[in-house]
Amino acid sequence: MTAALRCVIVRDLLLAARRSSDVLTVLLFFVIVVSLFPLGIGPEPALLRTIAPGAIWVAALLASMLALPRIFASDHADGTLEQILLGATPLGMTVAAKVFAHWLVSGLPLVLISPVLALQFDFPQELLGVLTLSLALGTPILSLIGAIGAALTLGLRGGGALLSLLVLPLYVPVLIMGAGSAEAAAAGIGGQAQLFLLGALLVFAGAFAPWAAAVALRISME
Amino acid sequence: MQTTSGIPSLEAVDLQCARGERRLFDALNFTLRGGELLRIAGANGSGKTSLLRIACGLLEPTGGLVRWCGEDIRRLHEEFRRQLVYIGHADAIKDDLTAAENLDVACTLAGTRVQRAQVGEALHRLGLAGSEDLPARVLSRGQRRRVALARLVLSERVPLWLLDEPFTALDAAATDGLQGLVAEHVSRGGAVMYTSHHEARIAAEVALRIDLGSGPAP
Repeated sequence: MTAALRCVIVRDLLLAARRSSDVLTVLLFFVIVVSLFPLGIGPEPALLRTIAPGAIWVAALLASMLALPRIFASDHADGTLEQILLGATPLGMTVAAKVFAHWLVSGLPLVLISPVLALQFDFPQELLGVLTLSLALGTPILSLIGAIGAALTLGLRGGGALLSLLVLPLYVPVLIMGAGSAEAAAAGIGGQAQLFLLGALLVFAGAFAPWAAAVALRISME
Repeated sequence: MQTTSGIPSLEAVDLQCARGERRLFDALNFTLRGGELLRIAGANGSGKTSLLRIACGLLEPTGGLVRWCGEDIRRLHEEFRRQLVYIGHADAIKDDLTAAENLDVACTLAGTRVQRAQVGEALHRLGLAGSEDLPARVLSRGQRRRVALARLVLSERVPLWLLDEPFTALDAAATDGLQGLVAEHVSRGGAVMYTSHHEARIAAEVALRIDLGSGPAP
């Protein structure tokens, strides 16, 4: 079983590496959206510092939204998804492996580049750790919740727009906790509470979302 | 190999299938045992693919049930899925992977461990020698089909084969090769169920046939 899960992860990473433009699109989208804020608002350091966590988090939300349809779409188009459904491994675990691989190529780069982007906002350097940590905990949740939506809208016409409507409201708690942790740290009251809540959300989503997505996949493949 | 003792058997009980408003088939009963070959015939849209998808559990029948070795497949989950190979209409081949990688991934997902050498041999047997390391993108439709079917060479210990239009896009030599593979599997005691518009020349002691008729009933 571990062989099958490792195979899914390695395969998805290999596919992403051979089609790196897809990965770069999401990353560039994130960089551009974040950079639009300082350009639009102008050089007011105090204001920029205040909005930094929110702006970066909203951009991360939109970027992960952009990457979502790719989790299952190509496997659905070429029939691989049927074989995954018929695989010898419980489907929920295979889905978890796919979501993990998806996060590695679409979520992790956002986490790694966010400290650099935060510099544009004159964000205090000692708080960069909190911001990065909140993204590291939060973006996997976005991928996990998004996988359910991606599975439900699989093969639907106009599925992309529907997916946003379905998933964005569910992202709200993650956004509030994520942006809130860095804001609280900036206000001097520490962001631990929000980070703990994000961690709890991650554990919860990690345990249940893959199975929900598995059920949704079976329904959309009928 | 089997979890239940005795000959593996796939049994359809009172199967009923409707797609939307149209009823495709009704009260369909059959039993397919190890060592038997079953061909599903019928016009386009008569429900051949649906029947195959029901048999492997991808599609829920409108009524009735499918049993594997006497047990409802809905209760067996992975235990049943580990004992079948389904080759569908879509080849499940990734453009960006090579032929060998595609075959390796397909087998690993199905829970069959294969060595690199075995993968090469299987592709060789399907007439793809020399194309192992080419990305599937540059392969022709027939060659891609061969990559998908090469999985059968590595699945000789899997008792149930479900093949949806396996001969589509294959040339004469590949068709002969595939017929040989199926005949071998049946003589080993495996069960094979396939859909086809044409009668294949496959040597089998017991060759059953289900005709789903000319099309959906109104």
